[in-house]
Amino acid sequence: MKTIILRTASDFLLPVLLLFSLFILLRGHYLPGGGFIGGLVAAIAFVLDAFANGLKNTKTLLKIHPGFLMPVGLSLAFVSAVTPLFFDLPLMTGLWASEPIPVIGNLGSALFFDTGVYLVVIGASLTIIFTISEAA
Amino acid sequence: MIIPIFVTTIFKSMLLSILAGLFVAVGLIFIGKFIKNKWAAVSLTALPLGLFIYFLNYIPQIASGEIIYQKISWIPSFGVDLSFQLDGLSLLFSLMITGVGTLVFAYTSAYLKGHEYLDRFYAYLSMFMAAMLGLVLSDNLISLFVFWELTSISSFYLIGFNNTSEASRKSALTALGITGIGGLFLLAGALLLGSITDSYSIAEMLQNKDFLLQHEFYILAVIFIFGAAFTKSAQFPFHFWLPGAMKAPTPVSTYLHSATMVKAGIYLLLRFSPILGSTEFWNTTLILVGAVTMLYSAFHLLFRTDLKGILAYSTIAALGILVFLIGLGTQEAIIAALVFIVVHALYKASLFLITGIIDHETGTRDITKLAGLRKVLMPVAIAGFIAALISGGVPPSIGFVGKDLIYEATLGMPTNAILLTVIAIVTNILLFYAGFVAGVKPFTGKLPETYEKVHLPSWLMWFPPLLMVSAGMVFGIFPQLLESAFVGPATSSLVNDSEGFHLKLWHGFNTILGLSAITLVVGLLLYFILKPTHRLENFINKLEVISPKSILFFLTNGFEDFSKGWTNFFQNGYLRHYIATIVGFLVVALAFIIFSNFDLSLDVSSFSELTTYEIAIAIMMIGAVIFTVFTNSRLAAVASMGVVGFAFCLLFLFYSAPDLAMTQFSVDTLTVILFVLVLYRLPKYLHLSKNVLRLEHGILSLAFGSLITILVLKVLQEDQNSEITNFYAENSYLLAKGKNVVNVILVDFRGVDTLVEISVLIVAALGVFSLLKLRLKTRDKK
Amino acid sequence: MEILLAVITGLLYAAGIYMMLRRSLVKLILGIILLGNGVNLLIFLLGRITKGKPPIIPEEAKVFQEIYADPVPQALILTAIVISFGLQAFAIILVKRTYKVLGTDDLDQLNTTDEDS
Repeated sequence: MKTIILRTASDFLLPVLLLFSLFILLRGHYLPGGGFIGGLVAAIAFVLDAFANGLKNTKTLLKIHPGFLMPVGLSLAFVSAVTPLFFDLPLMTGLWASEPIPVIGNLGSALFFDTGVYLVVIGASLTIIFTISEAA
Repeated sequence: MIIPIFVTTIFKSMLLSILAGLFVAVGLIFIGKFIKNKWAAVSLTALPLGLFIYFLNYIPQIASGEIIYQKISWIPSFGVDLSFQLDGLSLLFSLMITGVGTLVFAYTSAYLKGHEYLDRFYAYLSMFMAAMLGLVLSDNLISLFVFWELTSISSFYLIGFNNTSEASRKSALTALGITGIGGLFLLAGALLLGSITDSYSIAEMLQNKDFLLQHEFYILAVIFIFGAAFTKSAQFPFHFWLPGAMKAPTPVSTYLHSATMVKAGIYLLLRFSPILGSTEFWNTTLILVGAVTMLYSAFHLLFRTDLKGILAYSTIAALGILVFLIGLGTQEAIIAALVFIVVHALYKASLFLITGIIDHETGTRDITKLAGLRKVLMPVAIAGFIAALISGGVPPSIGFVGKDLIYEATLGMPTNAILLTVIAIVTNILLFYAGFVAGVKPFTGKLPETYEKVHLPSWLMWFPPLLMVSAGMVFGIFPQLLESAFVGPATSSLVNDSEGFHLKLWHGFNTILGLSAITLVVGLLLYFILKPTHRLENFINKLEVISPKSILFFLTNGFEDFSKGWTNFFQNGYLRHYIATIVGFLVVALAFIIFSNFDLSLDVSSFSELTTYEIAIAIMMIGAVIFTVFTNSRLAAVASMGVVGFAFCLLFLFYSAPDLAMTQFSVDTLTVILFVLVLYRLPKYLHLSKNVLRLEHGILSLAFGSLITILVLKVLQEDQNSEITNFYAENSYLLAKGKNVVNVILVDFRGVDTLVEISVLIVAALGVFSLLKLRLKTRDKK
Repeated sequence: MEILLAVITGLLYAAGIYMMLRRSLVKLILGIILLGNGVNLLIFLLGRITKGKPPIIPEEAKVFQEIYADPVPQALILTAIVISFGLQAFAIILVKRTYKVLGTDDLDQLNTTDEDS
């Protein structure tokens, strides 16, 4: 699978796809998209890179083991879920910044939750795929 | 202020007397290891002794006709209360339980001295005593049932105390099984009686007696109560658990079979005889069952050589007499029953304790080997002799009074008096024999050399039986003592008019005296003529095949085999059998429901029209699915699975689900990659199943699929409930400031679900990681 | 079109069950995936299908102005898809591992938990 075309393309594809996945994540609240899809797209981006440049290179690129994204994402989602409790609101109540932020639009706790989902999905899919391709 | 009131109520109440035993049992868990010391064990005797004195205090009150009634609301909405009633009958039983309990507690401390699990034994014993007290003090039928079951359970522990012996475990289980079934009968009876009289209180049932007797379910209620009483009190044909329970240590046999456990059934019958009794059904059944039981077991004891076996069968016979007397139902009979309960408790407990001493000191209970022990165990021999006198009804013991009352009761019957009297005489003759064999025979004759070194055990062991038989003699000489303190109050709680009847030792020369004399003479003759031998015992053992015990074991084994076969048939370890069973069942159930109200018409007007794209997608999907199923190449199968996935993706896109389309696309990509990565590590396809089986499975799956199709079409005809959907859609922006409703549902409305979902995903990833990174153990590498 | 989709749902169920009834472990997994797809389609269908009306509130509006596709089954299926990915990955690895340790993928030989059968 290590063709020159794929390798060259992946150099561009990885950042583009990652950017795209972030875009999908951020717009998820208003248009099709969200943490699940964004996370899966990002995972595909890394898997594609691993096909083109070899698993080792992708891993060095990632610096950390993708598995670490899972607890990080889970705690992010969890924290954003329980934060309303400190404001005497029920669990999972959406908290929103008063002023809209450019590009993203309204900033709320739902976005942090979705980001948590995003990280968990990346972490879990990559852990699965990387582990399997290492063992295969 | 609720708590202090509650506490004072508790301390005043009988509840404490019941709970005391349970507290001790629980306490022994923690301090158990300290009571191994002999004196510490003796000090535990303070529990039953204290309770005995506590109940003795009530005698003047109860004898003056008072009934003490205490009620603690428990589950008022169901009419279940902890209500306790102390009347003459309860008091009689409570005194027996705690009195014999005291002696057994003391006896055990010497009998099981230094036993590894002495603490456990005492805990079981305390628990059992508490349960028995609860049983005889309860006025509420439901709490009576609870205590009834508690006695079954704690007796299970006691009988199976030597849990390393298989025979012991087995007999404990048999006892639990039989008495447990009886417990269910009691529960059924309690619920039935409760629903008839609208109350679970026994005292209130007594008020509704006339209504109960007329009720259409009267017979059923009586059958339930009988079922409970007959199993507990070892009546034929449920008697066999009792000889089996002789596997227990002797103090247990003493306690369970003389004064407590088996008397619980008698107590139940006595308690209910004013409520349900005095009908023909009640009387005839009890007389019949009692007569069969007493004759059956009385003849059985002739063939026994084990001392405990003899005592076991004579216990059953005594219980038969009691049931028989309750069945007679006259005032004389009830009084005779109450006196006989006391008489039996006194001499049977003594004989058991004596047997225990003999067993403890000589190591055998075989009556053919024991002789002449009076030389070494003098006090025990005295106790044994007196016990035999009481058991045989020799004047001036209380046994004589008891036996006279029995004859008086049978002779006083208006019908069949002769027959009933003959039955009673025969049984009494055999009981006389049993008492002498157990109480006298081991001590007479020439002492075998092997037992010359036998020495007298601690006074804690021989004093209790001596005390009991002395009481038997005192009561015999002064029967009014027994009457005023125990039997009188108990009688008055069962019989309306108990005046004008008094216990007497001497009635003058009359028929009854003649009958007593016959009993004594024939019994004595029997004792001198008949010598128990092993030959006779073996002979009777051959007849075991047709005994109720063997029949029951045959049935239970059959049931066990049947359930084993049934389980193996369904739980055979073949995955596809399970799936086929489940799917097959679903097919039948679904087909039944769908076709039982089948409506062929299909309203297609609401359905959307077909377009070329959709037909193309559908064809692609159907083709890919069929190809996946039938291809022989794994790669082709995975590829066509991918096609199915992408077709799904297009489908979602067409039908307004962009999020789904994107997710499906990404997941499908990853799945295909996953499969490709491991595919060549996976086993090749093999043609394993036979073609017939394939056809069978094909038909089954197609049937299931078709039913699902029909089901879907049917559901699509129905109106949709879109309440939830509308709520989410309308509030998506207003409440959650999101416009993509799907995403809002995921991260906001149902966010907790999503949180759990990503946790599941993490678990799956960790599972994959650990499965692959886990080093194979050497064993697995083979 | 609903009729056709209903038929496909039935077909997916039938194919899934049939594959699960085979003795090969790989086919078992494929069967589970097919059955999962069938369930997804079933849920989707029961939410009624709507063409070209995604459940997204138009930019200028705050609530829906016209009919829209049911978002609830979509949210359900979305989670189902992601979860089934995790399940599939785990199942595949389990099969691989089983095959490596026991040397067989014949389910009929895996019918006991005892060590030596």
